[in-house]
Amino acid sequence: MEEPENNSKINRRKFITTGVKASVLIGIGGVAVLVATKSSTGQTVWQLDPAKCTQCGRCATSCVLTPSAVKCVHVYAMCGYCDLCGGYFKPETRTLTTAAENQLCPTNALKRKFVEDPFFEYTIDEDLCIGCGKCVKGCGSFGNGSLQLQVRHNRCVNCNQCSIARNCPADAYSRVPAGEPYLLHHIAEAKKINTATTPRR
Amino acid sequence: MVENRKFASLRLGGKKSIPLVILFLMIIFTFRYMNVYGVQRFPRPEFESVYVQPETLQPAGRSEILEIVDVFVLVIALALVTWLVVKKRSRNGVFFASLLSLSYFGFYREGCICSIGAIQNVTLAFADGSYLLPITVIFFFILPLIFTLFFGRTFCAGVCPFGAIQDLVSLKPQKLGPRLNTVLGLVPYFYLGSAIVYAATRTDFIICRYDPFVGIFRFDASFGMFIFAGTLLISGIFIARPYCRFLCPYGVLLNWISRFSWKHITITPTTCIQCRLCEDSCPYDAIDMPVTGKNPENRSTTIRKLMIICFMVPFFTLLGGWTGSQLHETLAGVSGKVRLARTLLVPGKAANEPESLEISAFKASGKPVSQVFTEASEMLKQFYMAGWILGCFLGLVFGITLASRMVTTYRTDYTPNKGTCFSCTRCVDYCPVKKNDATF
Repeated sequence: MEEPENNSKINRRKFITTGVKASVLIGIGGVAVLVATKSSTGQTVWQLDPAKCTQCGRCATSCVLTPSAVKCVHVYAMCGYCDLCGGYFKPETRTLTTAAENQLCPTNALKRKFVEDPFFEYTIDEDLCIGCGKCVKGCGSFGNGSLQLQVRHNRCVNCNQCSIARNCPADAYSRVPAGEPYLLHHIAEAKKINTATTPRR
Repeated sequence: MVENRKFASLRLGGKKSIPLVILFLMIIFTFRYMNVYGVQRFPRPEFESVYVQPETLQPAGRSEILEIVDVFVLVIALALVTWLVVKKRSRNGVFFASLLSLSYFGFYREGCICSIGAIQNVTLAFADGSYLLPITVIFFFILPLIFTLFFGRTFCAGVCPFGAIQDLVSLKPQKLGPRLNTVLGLVPYFYLGSAIVYAATRTDFIICRYDPFVGIFRFDASFGMFIFAGTLLISGIFIARPYCRFLCPYGVLLNWISRFSWKHITITPTTCIQCRLCEDSCPYDAIDMPVTGKNPENRSTTIRKLMIICFMVPFFTLLGGWTGSQLHETLAGVSGKVRLARTLLVPGKAANEPESLEISAFKASGKPVSQVFTEASEMLKQFYMAGWILGCFLGLVFGITLASRMVTTYRTDYTPNKGTCFSCTRCVDYCPVKKNDATF
């Protein structure tokens, strides 16, 4: 910068570089302002919409975390507390016992507990759940759909681009506001659908 | 069971019930193939015993205040490293500051949020009106650029965790020579260009996808990424900072801005005494040797060179653009929409082959096939344009690189190359001139 000799030459060069510096600064500032108009103060997080989910099983394998940050979540308010739970038992199960060969869950994360005849409570051990969605598929096909896959935000590291979102065949992932980070469908909505479409009593 | 009974009753009803049966079957089928979700088939039981229904827990994510803390840490780290580089000229200081940054942005924040990836968010914000850019991302994108414009690449010196982890392993750095440096130095432009294309077309964030060190920071990487990171770190023993020099897309921006930096670090605090001690000190080949110009070129050579440059740069730009546009289908192959359309176009699949998850998900969604094709052709059009722009950009970069090899810049002293210098201050320790010494 400070080269004392050859003053006349440096002055012209200095003039040009100062001009370029100023324009670069203005450029960065301009980009900052432009970008700021498209910004939001709130953060976003990744979440999957259970209504779009096809339970393909990629949530278990595509996440950057092992095990995946996606877990099965039980919306108890929607559960029918069935004895023959489509989410718990394999379709060909004969005896409704908690024997390992009867269970759909590969990791024994879905627990079955007797409440009263003929109702059973199902809970999920999230430390064991790998988010494969087998139970979600079973519950959705034969039951109320109270088991739903969700990104658990206490585990999710909120990658810039969710690697499951990239692999999701159903395009179920989106950025949602961090203030409302879950897209669970609750009993209220379920009832609405129920009265509107149910063909049988 | 219930269904069977229903069937029986309908059959008893005679021919009148046939439409009903069809309707019922249709409903069953829609339930089977539609998204069977949120249908309360079994009512919630009325429990006789005392049963307390557990609550569905919805744990919150990381607090937003902590995101603001990240920005504060970034500002403090940038200010600290800049002060250590420009004012204190202390290699030890920069080294320990980089360790702090590595532990915070690397191992604590697990490499995410980072300025390198922020390029894609900013691009996406411009391309997609519905995407709202978090304010913290803007700070991570802009702040290092501003600091670089004033003080050179101090961000690379001690704030970026990627640089810090590579700096730790560069034990036996070798000189690569100007030719290899120039050729490999073109790769970041390609990476930057493709990253912007894929972010702008809303296809993918390739910088994050092929981020080698995030897996290291999280102690959890896919096999491919682990090999990639391992290769970089092991080669990093001999080739200092391979990611920063020959891959980093953010480095391209910093490189160009740093060339116009206001107070870049200098090797000597006062005057160069031409002792040549610093000559081999830079592990990144970023010190420009003096070119005293004993044999200045004559006028005709200079004019010939200028003419070649004036012809060559536009030629390579157009050639690159054309090549890029020809490759647009390959570029678009990354897009999921285009891939789905391609799979749907290929007829006659073997019957025993199970259909792909994409196809079954598409069937379940109930979207018409025509929509997929329209979306895919839209995508291809976008990629055709993007191919031209990317190709032109790369051609231009190639042309300018060749041109800059033809032009000789004369300088008398050993100076850091403002573009490629990471301001690591290694060379400063080699300079025997101290600030308080009398001028030579």
